Amino acid sequence: MPEVREISYSEAIREALTMEMRRDHRVFLMGEDIGVYGGAFGVTLGMIDEFGAERIRETPISEGVIAGAAIGAALVGMRPVAEIMFMDFVTIAMEQIVNQGAKLRYMFGGHATVPMVLRTPAGSGTGAAAHHSQSLEAWLVHVPGLKVVMPSTPYDAKGLLVSSIRDPNPVMFVEHKLLYPRKGPVPEHDYEVPLGLADVKREGTDLTIVATSIMVPRSLEAAEQLSAEGIEAEVVDPRTLRPLDMETIEASVKKTGRVMIVHEAPVTGGFGGEVAARIAGGAAFEYLEAPIKRFCGLDTPIPYNRTLEYYTVPQPETIAAAARELAAA
Amino acid sequence: MSQLAGLSDERLRELLRQMHLIRAFEWKADQLYAEGKVHGTMHLSIGQEATAVGAIAALNPDDYIFSTHRGHGHCLAKGADLNLMMAEFRGKETGYCRGRGGSMHIADLSCGNLGANGVVGGGLAMACGAALAQKMQSTGKVVLCFFGDGASNQGIFHESLNLAAIWDLPVVYFCENNQYGMSMHVRRSVAIERISDRACAYGFPGKTVDGNDLLQVYEATKDAVARARAGGGPTLLEGITYRWKGHSKSDADRYRTKEEIEGWKAKDPIRRFEQLLMQEGVLTPDQARSIESQAQSEIESAVEFADGCPEPSLDTIEQGVYA
Repeated sequence: MPEVREISYSEAIREALTMEMRRDHRVFLMGEDIGVYGGAFGVTLGMIDEFGAERIRETPISEGVIAGAAIGAALVGMRPVAEIMFMDFVTIAMEQIVNQGAKLRYMFGGHATVPMVLRTPAGSGTGAAAHHSQSLEAWLVHVPGLKVVMPSTPYDAKGLLVSSIRDPNPVMFVEHKLLYPRKGPVPEHDYEVPLGLADVKREGTDLTIVATSIMVPRSLEAAEQLSAEGIEAEVVDPRTLRPLDMETIEASVKKTGRVMIVHEAPVTGGFGGEVAARIAGGAAFEYLEAPIKRFCGLDTPIPYNRTLEYYTVPQPETIAAAARELAAA
Repeated sequence: MSQLAGLSDERLRELLRQMHLIRAFEWKADQLYAEGKVHGTMHLSIGQEATAVGAIAALNPDDYIFSTHRGHGHCLAKGADLNLMMAEFRGKETGYCRGRGGSMHIADLSCGNLGANGVVGGGLAMACGAALAQKMQSTGKVVLCFFGDGASNQGIFHESLNLAAIWDLPVVYFCENNQYGMSMHVRRSVAIERISDRACAYGFPGKTVDGNDLLQVYEATKDAVARARAGGGPTLLEGITYRWKGHSKSDADRYRTKEEIEGWKAKDPIRRFEQLLMQEGVLTPDQARSIESQAQSEIESAVEFADGCPEPSLDTIEQGVYA
């Protein structure tokens, strides 16, 4: 078997975009500085050379109409992929996403489809402070009509983005800035990772860590530390938050009897609460040997100071410490 | 044959018929609400029929519109099936939106009506996207986006008109200025005389017309549509009009006087158009009466149709959230 080449998370996203644009002429990109500049994180770098300014469509700094125009184009049969430069700015586009994109199909009796993707990088760790570091996925997960995707590896990023572009619904594709340079094996061919299918990133027997986005590699790092101490953590990555694959999560919880949910967003009102509630109300509940634990971001804005920023969100060693407590509980 | 705006006599009478149909629909809607047969709220466009009919008359049948919360008129003028519309209004399974949308969300994608909207200014940005799709696919189709004076103060108005301008999108923005955003008069909400003047800030033409004069609305829209179709980009039109009824069903009309309302009723767009057509020999008094009574009987038969339609079944409540 030839080895699968390794590319970065951002290259994997670019490859998915490029392949889908070659395959389907209805697919086009819209966003700020996505042309010659290549996007704020370089994800679309060079794409304008192949596809031109008509399909790599640069917009003014107008997040409301970026989202709204994508919805309108999708409503009449295009397959737009819009980019919001930082997830913090989806706040500016929320009216269009929540009131329009998510609801048109239902409001119109199932007669409309809105096949669009909105890509946006979330997360802290870049020293950009409270306006460029948020993880607002829970806001989106709360809205019926949206699908929400958070890839943690280059492989998943490519396959999930291909699926998202082909999906007939509005899909919010939440990337992580710190994952962009991380490399991993990605097949060159066209493949889909289905929406609504979780992935067990590491098998273990002592506790389950349900982690999203960058918390997946951090939890895997924590799991290695724990393994040296004789604690085997299973790491489950939901990959899509809506629809959510509870079967895989529950199967893991049944196996380990202990579960900790790890995400970067503030704990209060976060996605972890949903996962915890579903576990508590489901078939895995009676297998629990300890209370469900959430280990998530603090309930603060993301601070600027390097040390404060670092400890505002879970890190490998703090995840390991929290997991140790759970394993002993 | 008259030469009114280059329209045939038959077409002129058809436009009159559409205005009567809208008005008859709105009065019936009001009555059904009073009888408790519809719930929720509604926004009636009685008095504003000429902007809906005049502007949409300038489109081809396969062009697109985005409508507003006060959208019954747009929907009918774009060719909606009266029965399906009344059924939707009554919340029935047979309605355009299977009873999920109601008054504020009626859409008819099959005839290019991309939907009414419950959010003031909610369609402005989507109109850019629908117009962009036409441009990228070279369909030659145009998008007409209605909004009100209130929507012109939303941030998305600026974002959308600017984007439409820099991308030369085939879109016509039509402001139905009925002079009130709920209770706030436009003189208090906008510091300039004409909302259409805002077009100059985006670098495309703007024009204000008498929104109660169907032919003025038609001709201005026709020019704007021709410009859009030819690749000339967007236009901002404004029709000055007036709603006879309150903003919605919760409105006690405390913010305007009876004299003001009566004064605008005297500028009734339907009577004005009728008189013009009679003066020009396009319409006889008998024809006028017949068009009006025909509209009323069509509405009655739609009510009857809707009465007989089934309610949505509870087991379908979650259908249509996802494709």
